[in-house]
Amino acid sequence: MAAPLVLVLVVAVTVRAALFRSSLAEFISERVEVVSPLSSWKRVVEGLSLLDLGVSPYSGAVFHETPLIIYLFHFLIDYAELVFMITDALTAIALYFAIQDFNKVVFKKQKLLLELDQYAPDVAELIRTPMEMRYIPLKVALLQCFPQCYFSCLSDIPVSVPTHLVCPRTPLSPPAAVHTCENEEQSLLDLFLGVCHDVCGKPSGNHLPLLLPSQLLGFHPRSLWLYINVFFYTIPLAIKLKEHPIFFMFIQIAVIAIFKSYPTVGDVALYMAFFPVWNHLYRFLRNIFVLTCIIIVCSLLFPVLWHLWIYAGSANSNFFYAITLTFNVGQILLISDYFYAFLRREYYLTHGLYLTAKDGTEAMLVLK
Amino acid sequence: MGLLSDPVRRRALARLVLRLNAPLCVLSYVAGIAWFLALVFPPLTQRTYMSENAMGSTMVEEQFAGGDRARAFARDFAAHRKKSGALPVAWLERTMRSVGLEVYTQSFSRKLPFPDETHERYMVSGTNVYGILRAPRAASTESLVLTVPCGSDSTNSQAVGLLLALAAHFRGQIYWAKDIVFLVTEHDLLGTEAWLEAYHDVNVTGMQSSPLQGRAGAIQAAVALELSSDVVTSLDVAVEGLNGQLPNLDLLNLFQTFCQKGGLLCTLQGKLQPEDWTSLDGPLQGLQTLLLMVLRQASGRPHGSHGLFLRYRVEALTLRGINSFRQYKYDLVAVGKALEGMFRKLNHLLERLHQSFFLYLLPGLSRFVSIGLYMPAVGFLLLVLGLKALELWMQLHEAGMGLEEPGGAPGPSVPLPPSQGVGLASLVAPLLISQAMGLALYVLPVLGQHVATQHFPVAEAEAVVLTLLAIYAAGLALPHNTHRTQAPDRGWMALKLVALIYLALQLGCIALTNFSLGFLLATTMVPTAALAKPHGPRTLYAALLVLTSPAATLLGSLFLWRELQEAPLSLAEGWQLFLAALAQGVLEHHTYGALLFPLLSLGLYPCWLLFWNVLFWK
Repeated sequence: MAAPLVLVLVVAVTVRAALFRSSLAEFISERVEVVSPLSSWKRVVEGLSLLDLGVSPYSGAVFHETPLIIYLFHFLIDYAELVFMITDALTAIALYFAIQDFNKVVFKKQKLLLELDQYAPDVAELIRTPMEMRYIPLKVALLQCFPQCYFSCLSDIPVSVPTHLVCPRTPLSPPAAVHTCENEEQSLLDLFLGVCHDVCGKPSGNHLPLLLPSQLLGFHPRSLWLYINVFFYTIPLAIKLKEHPIFFMFIQIAVIAIFKSYPTVGDVALYMAFFPVWNHLYRFLRNIFVLTCIIIVCSLLFPVLWHLWIYAGSANSNFFYAITLTFNVGQILLISDYFYAFLRREYYLTHGLYLTAKDGTEAMLVLK
Repeated sequence: MGLLSDPVRRRALARLVLRLNAPLCVLSYVAGIAWFLALVFPPLTQRTYMSENAMGSTMVEEQFAGGDRARAFARDFAAHRKKSGALPVAWLERTMRSVGLEVYTQSFSRKLPFPDETHERYMVSGTNVYGILRAPRAASTESLVLTVPCGSDSTNSQAVGLLLALAAHFRGQIYWAKDIVFLVTEHDLLGTEAWLEAYHDVNVTGMQSSPLQGRAGAIQAAVALELSSDVVTSLDVAVEGLNGQLPNLDLLNLFQTFCQKGGLLCTLQGKLQPEDWTSLDGPLQGLQTLLLMVLRQASGRPHGSHGLFLRYRVEALTLRGINSFRQYKYDLVAVGKALEGMFRKLNHLLERLHQSFFLYLLPGLSRFVSIGLYMPAVGFLLLVLGLKALELWMQLHEAGMGLEEPGGAPGPSVPLPPSQGVGLASLVAPLLISQAMGLALYVLPVLGQHVATQHFPVAEAEAVVLTLLAIYAAGLALPHNTHRTQAPDRGWMALKLVALIYLALQLGCIALTNFSLGFLLATTMVPTAALAKPHGPRTLYAALLVLTSPAATLLGSLFLWRELQEAPLSLAEGWQLFLAALAQGVLEHHTYGALLFPLLSLGLYPCWLLFWNVLFWK
């Protein structure tokens, strides 16, 4: 499977290089859906120049990265484009191998449970085969490379780095911990996240008071309750999904992407890259059509309403924030749909696919 | 979340949608059209009112009496113009200076992508002349603009004369708090675009212009004047601007106030205002005016210099003096007084005009419909597409579920082929081909005009238009699906689903920025898009689809427009006008950045081709 991966990486690098040199680069780097105050390259450059002048980069409300980023880019500022491309490529490769490892673990576990007769007799259709799982790592790498390359590469630091450094790091440690407890061997994904955890620098300060027109969910600095959402779900999810740490991690990343302040396209692309891993859940998803439509419509309406607000002067910020809210509602419903599908599959695996009620008629599963 | 998670209710809803789909679609479409027609009746249409406090309650006494002076200037201007053939720049500079303004000139030049047959120009170069009246007591932070576009076909000499006389009158007053710029542009809109770009220091259309030597502060409002006769019977006001953008309604209210005060006869879209809205005649006339405004806004052309100002967030209007066969005529003093009143009231503005509506429709000069009331019309039309898409999805999903074996087989069975699995691969080819055709339609006519003129005996403009039509027709003849699947029904259903969502998205986004264009296209494209399928009377559906394609909609709207203006076209004339409109559309995209041509060629034409594909699916 090395050749397709190499091909994907080569194409991704070419597209990124072409985009960097095109006139689209300037245009995209100004868009608020792509660049946020937390992950903007311009701010990093600003911080670096402040450092060069001997002023603390944190004076003034411009720079919001960790000290690690400053020292890292101090030496790499001239090769920024190359660094971004290499980091993105490395992320894709890491994800590829991580997912490959994960698939092997899943298959082994499935075989073990089959032999132990833990599954109901008529769930043959739900068992996953190596055939169908063969291309998943490649698809994940593909999805990770391309959406991100169109947007994030031009304007911010590779999302994989700040997402794990800037966003709350604590919700991700339970899944990592559960995963290491389960498997003796260190999986690559776990290693990747562990590295990110270990080298995180001290947080750069309070993100909350920064009130800029962006996709900030709440304009009011006292909406701490919204940001606490990121932490709320960790413990209940950990309890429910203690046997499925990777799915837990996926849901947790999605929750972080939805509830963080200043979300951007890069965060959404990060968790959406994992969809091929769960495509066996497709048959249990109930609202996929409506939700896909909501997400596509909202994505298209972002630039239209931004134009109406800023350039035509006829709309105002409420329209833009309404679309942000709708987009987030769509994402939340999508994640809860995936969660429901996952739980449903687990239920079917242990209780059989064709459920009958006590009087012999077909029963229906209802999520309460 | 009951609907999304409760299987009983979902099943009931699914059954409802599938069974009642056709009646619901028809009802929704009819509701949309009916809502639009009902916009002219009183509860949905309201009287206009002045929202900006600074312009409402102040009293102004107009003192302009320079009618003779204006006529003298006009005669001089016309004479010099005839002598030199172009704008008499030196004379204008001299006169403006003698009146007491700070005079500057700006030269510009532009090579059009292909020769413009209507205005007969190709390599355009000219000079704009403008004079600034500095406000005696303020710091030149804000300004107002009075502009007269002079082109080869419309000399507008009386407008220039009035402009100079007004400048002379304004110069003697002490109450100006904003600078006033008196701008005379050459080659009408091209000169205006050059001036605006240089003033705001941008370059969006590739015009080469010399930088401006003198500026006057942020422009708050602008009035463009077009007068070609010494006396007028009525003043026509034009509001629609580039890409359907409209000025703030307060500016129109201001104009209407002064028309009423001075007893001037004012028209909108060339039609008089009905007095009585309670009986049926008033609303019917209002419907005509409304339809004319919808057609003009949908075309996205700047109908006057004001259209170009709107892009820079400058509220602007164009006033045209009409000299028809009425008995009562107004001379330049009356027009001058109205303008003086407008400028004095604009002088009182403390902030930019923002209180009143930016998005509205006008059934009459004193009646308007706000966006909150007219949007449901397009919402109902797009609901049809949504319902059809939902129905197709459910049919595909049912078919997908039905393909699985009910009994469990030992060993792993084939995992379900979701509609995506089969559909996605066969969808890529038609999508790519249609988008490629759209791209060819956008890029090839202008690029290939020289090649075409070498091989065929046509002029460049004709070559562009004919290439456009040729590529458009060629799209109909392309091979359609390249994939022969085992389940052909699922193939076309998946393609139609994608096409319906694509169309709904495009029309929705268009309707948000330019309601009229969105509504017009939705009215024609939605029914045939919903009906398109490979089974059934194929020739009838094909004819319907061709009749509602974007080009045919353009042709039809031209006929409708002239019909509403009571100057109906014969077929041959209509065809000529259509070809001219195509050329103008392409030209305006390149010279002013009008978006109709790219929207139709890159967005709606590929979408329409997808439906054509669905119709001829094998």
